[in-house]
Amino acid sequence: MKKLIKLILMISLTFLNPVLAKSNDEIANKISKNIRCLVCQGQSVYDSQSDFAISVRAVIEKKINDGSSEEEIYEYLKSKYGEWISYEPKLNKFTYLLWLLPLILFIFGGLLIFKKVFIRI
Amino acid sequence: MKRKIIFILCIFLTIFVFLSFFMGLDKDNVYKPIKIIDNKILNFKGDDLYSNKILDLNNIVDTKFILINIWASWCSPCRSEHKYILQLKKNQQLSIIGLNYKDKVQNAKNFILELGNPYDFIIKDKSGTISIELGAYGVPETFIVNTETKKVIYKYIGPIDKEIKSEIEKIIRS
Repeated sequence: MKKLIKLILMISLTFLNPVLAKSNDEIANKISKNIRCLVCQGQSVYDSQSDFAISVRAVIEKKINDGSSEEEIYEYLKSKYGEWISYEPKLNKFTYLLWLLPLILFIFGGLLIFKKVFIRI
Repeated sequence: MKRKIIFILCIFLTIFVFLSFFMGLDKDNVYKPIKIIDNKILNFKGDDLYSNKILDLNNIVDTKFILINIWASWCSPCRSEHKYILQLKKNQQLSIIGLNYKDKVQNAKNFILELGNPYDFIIKDKSGTISIELGAYGVPETFIVNTETKKVIYKYIGPIDKEIKSEIEKIIRS
């Protein structure tokens, strides 16, 4: 019985491994999709073929191979180029509306629906 | 009463939205690269263009300031700024290091032969990664580093002209 469980575990792990463990390439692609190409118009580093984007991709790959985590790579690029290089703006006095307005609209809309459906009946 | 409240709320919302967009009108939406200075240059290494030896910025210079100039033979603004870099070479407090960006070695050597060599060292950056680690956008770009603090104290994006040259000289003298 134990052997059978071991066997099943081994087989499932072998097949699951490629699914579970993201390859370095995938992580590099994911990061470069979230990094803005600063010398292009409206393109991410992943999409662009400019010299800048190609170099940034090379740096990302190098950092991943050196063992840096995703978060560390974002922080590294932000420290070199500023917040603008990231496609995900942090919550600050310039972006609070961007972050909070959808939430406010969502709650407001939810309340309206709630009122219409439950209170009227 | 309820209608009144909704009416007032609507008016406030309209005014708020209108004001937000109106204030946004004035904002300059042309992107300008941010010049982040004060960054520490800790790990600046690369192969020498001529000898292929690995050069480390920490060991090769003994002046108070280093000027790092990113250039390439295929970059025509680099040609126009070259004479100013040659003039800056006269400053004894300044070491000038060229970072040869994504270039062919022979073309780079020809460029130097033709226009003169203002650089104390030329480091090859074939993949462009050294430039990214400096925080550069492309060519030409110029950084001044204080060797004591290892911090970037000045950065200029674009070709150096007469004005920028005197600005750099002012920084070095101070």
